[in-house]
Amino acid sequence: MILLAVVGLIFWAAVFGVLLRVLRYFRGVEEIGALLAGKLLSLVLLSFISVLLLSNVITALSSFFLAKDLDLLVSSPVDRGRLYLAKLGETLLHSSWMVALMAVPIFAAYAVVYRGGWLFPFLVAGTFLPFLVLPAVAGSATTLVLVNVFPARRTRDLLSIIALGAGAGVILLFRLIRPEQLARPEGFRNLLDFITVLRAPTSPLLPSDWVARSVMGYLGGGMDWLPLYLLWSTAAAAVVLGAALHGRLYHTGFTKAQEGAERFVRGGLWSGSLGWLLKPLGPARREFVLKDLKLFFRDTTQWSQLILLGALLLVYLFNIRALPLFRGEQVPFFLVTIVSFLNLGLAGFVLAAIAARFIFPAVSLEGRQMWLLRSSPLELRALLWSKYWVGTLPLLVLALIITVLTNVILKASPFMMAVGVGTIILLTLAIGALALAFGALYPQFETENAAQIPTSFGGLVFMMATIALLAVVIVIESAPVYGYLHAAFRHRPLAVSPVMAGSFLAVVAVCLGATVVPLRIALKRIERFEF
Amino acid sequence: MIELLHLTKDYGSFRAVDDVTLHVPRGALYGFLGPNGAGKTTTLRMIAGILRPTAGRVLIGGDDVLANPLAAKARLGFIPDRPFVYEKLTGAEFLRFVAGLYGQDGQLVEHRLDELLDIFELSSWKNELVESYSHGMRQKLIISSALIHRPEVIVVDEPMVGLDPRAARLLKDLFRGFVARGGTVLMSTHTLEIAEALCDRLAIIQGGKIVASGTMAELKAQTGADIGLEDLFLRLTGGPAAKELAAVLEDAGGGGSR
Repeated sequence: MILLAVVGLIFWAAVFGVLLRVLRYFRGVEEIGALLAGKLLSLVLLSFISVLLLSNVITALSSFFLAKDLDLLVSSPVDRGRLYLAKLGETLLHSSWMVALMAVPIFAAYAVVYRGGWLFPFLVAGTFLPFLVLPAVAGSATTLVLVNVFPARRTRDLLSIIALGAGAGVILLFRLIRPEQLARPEGFRNLLDFITVLRAPTSPLLPSDWVARSVMGYLGGGMDWLPLYLLWSTAAAAVVLGAALHGRLYHTGFTKAQEGAERFVRGGLWSGSLGWLLKPLGPARREFVLKDLKLFFRDTTQWSQLILLGALLLVYLFNIRALPLFRGEQVPFFLVTIVSFLNLGLAGFVLAAIAARFIFPAVSLEGRQMWLLRSSPLELRALLWSKYWVGTLPLLVLALIITVLTNVILKASPFMMAVGVGTIILLTLAIGALALAFGALYPQFETENAAQIPTSFGGLVFMMATIALLAVVIVIESAPVYGYLHAAFRHRPLAVSPVMAGSFLAVVAVCLGATVVPLRIALKRIERFEF
Repeated sequence: MIELLHLTKDYGSFRAVDDVTLHVPRGALYGFLGPNGAGKTTTLRMIAGILRPTAGRVLIGGDDVLANPLAAKARLGFIPDRPFVYEKLTGAEFLRFVAGLYGQDGQLVEHRLDELLDIFELSSWKNELVESYSHGMRQKLIISSALIHRPEVIVVDEPMVGLDPRAARLLKDLFRGFVARGGTVLMSTHTLEIAEALCDRLAIIQGGKIVASGTMAELKAQTGADIGLEDLFLRLTGGPAAKELAAVLEDAGGGGSR
């Protein structure tokens, strides 16, 4: 908890610091400075409202239709309006707390740069509250309508795909339109065009714009009350309309939500093709691997995250491509080598995040079925083996794609390609083992949602351990890479020195150690599990 | 067939099972009775190898569950009280998976699987995901999974919970048939009528200790009274709870009429 608070505070400080610099820079720009600051706030709030709308739709599904307390509440003599308000409040809290926390350093930076004064926090609270209520009402209403059309469980599947697809789309779009160009006015035909773009409100009918106008108006000295009226009156009207819609549709929706998502599955593809391929593993390991794959691909909340992963991978590669390395006339060999080398750390971090999401929860997800695994003659070593390879092999493929493609894009030398590929293979093996081991050391057997498991304390400890491993590997390998650069700089052939060989051996030893030891610890821990 | 030797289990400072020694002979249907929290489930879970005993040993067919777990567990079919199964597998896939855990696959398993699903009237649900099964259907699926590898011993915790009368009857017949063919069943239950009608021998556990064991006749002899199992059970486990039932019911009735 303390660790989490510290990480949160560091994140807050970072956001505050960066924004403070940007806003100070804006403030120094004559004429258009305040316009730029307003535009930035409006864009930030627009992204907030999109996130809020999506998360409210998903949260409302749980709080209004799938929560465990609903049977009791619906059967009790509780007024429907009160139930709506209570559940709306629950939805709002669960889906908005992160955005609200994120907003604190942002508004704080505006307050400091534009000298907001002591009234500013009250104004922000007064504008931000209705700003949070509106997407909560809209999200809950959307869910209500959707549940009346589809069964709730099917809606959940549908929503998670839509949400992730939309999320992936937004990330890609945001990256591809290259917002950094906005900060370069020379890209526009003339200053007038640029100012026209800035003056035009981003979306005059959206609450995000109302908040931005209200806040910037106050900070600019001329308080505009209209946006504040708009925010409060729209929020109040929305709650009333939402309650009316709830009164009409909730009961039918709740009844529909009780229906299971009956699904007829043949599963012939799995046992036919893959089962045949895995035959050499023997019945126990084969069935275990097959079972894990089926569970993954049949759970929409699991596989749909691959969409997001694909988008992030594209953004990653796009960012590498967009690096201003090849602007000069001479190919900057030194820079390319350094970037290619440091990219190992970044790729390792991305792999760790993916392992946290997909491998770390593997042991926890077996919790409720552990009675079966422990009472059968399945060797726990086989269980761990299956979990390890089912998670690590796809991670390895991804690791190789990232490393090889980035090195190709960077036009890295064969030496750097070999170092990159070799290291990332070793790192991936270790990251997979660490994820599994920390997942076993900090199991969350009661959590049904796999996506929540990595956000636990154990997930954080795993990420920190992996970052430490990445740092150690990069520090050890910096010696041979320096040697390589030195030789290339002096146009000398690359010779394998004892330092170079020793460093690579040390990396092999560290990574294999970080693979074998955690797996052994995980096995010991699983042997001691009690249910 | 099942041998418990000075079996003890502590949860921190709380002793859930206290020095239990019990012998379940081959071919017996053995009832394991006790009030809530007496240590029944903990004992059964130690026999199944799910929990590690604090002290003592569990032998199944002569194999120690801790020292030689694979051999001991291969003889065993365990049916837990709560039917947690993989929601995203179909009934057939779940049974195939369990058979795989016991090292079995191929046509024999397919045949056996169809046979079991047919007996428990789950054939039409064979290719449906378990998430759409009712509680009773899940219980039937778990019972099928405990039988798929043809075990020598069945350890079962509260088998009748959630089963409809037809399935409950089927299960009783199945256990009797299993025992008649030389199998062994150790069953915990709260339904004393079932225990009295079905079991050859009984053990009653109270506060983690076995307070009585033997055939029905032996139990009667131990208490020195010719009474039914319910009275015997209440006498051995401390009598009926001293609740003012009449007062409670009166209050409820009075509240409703007011």
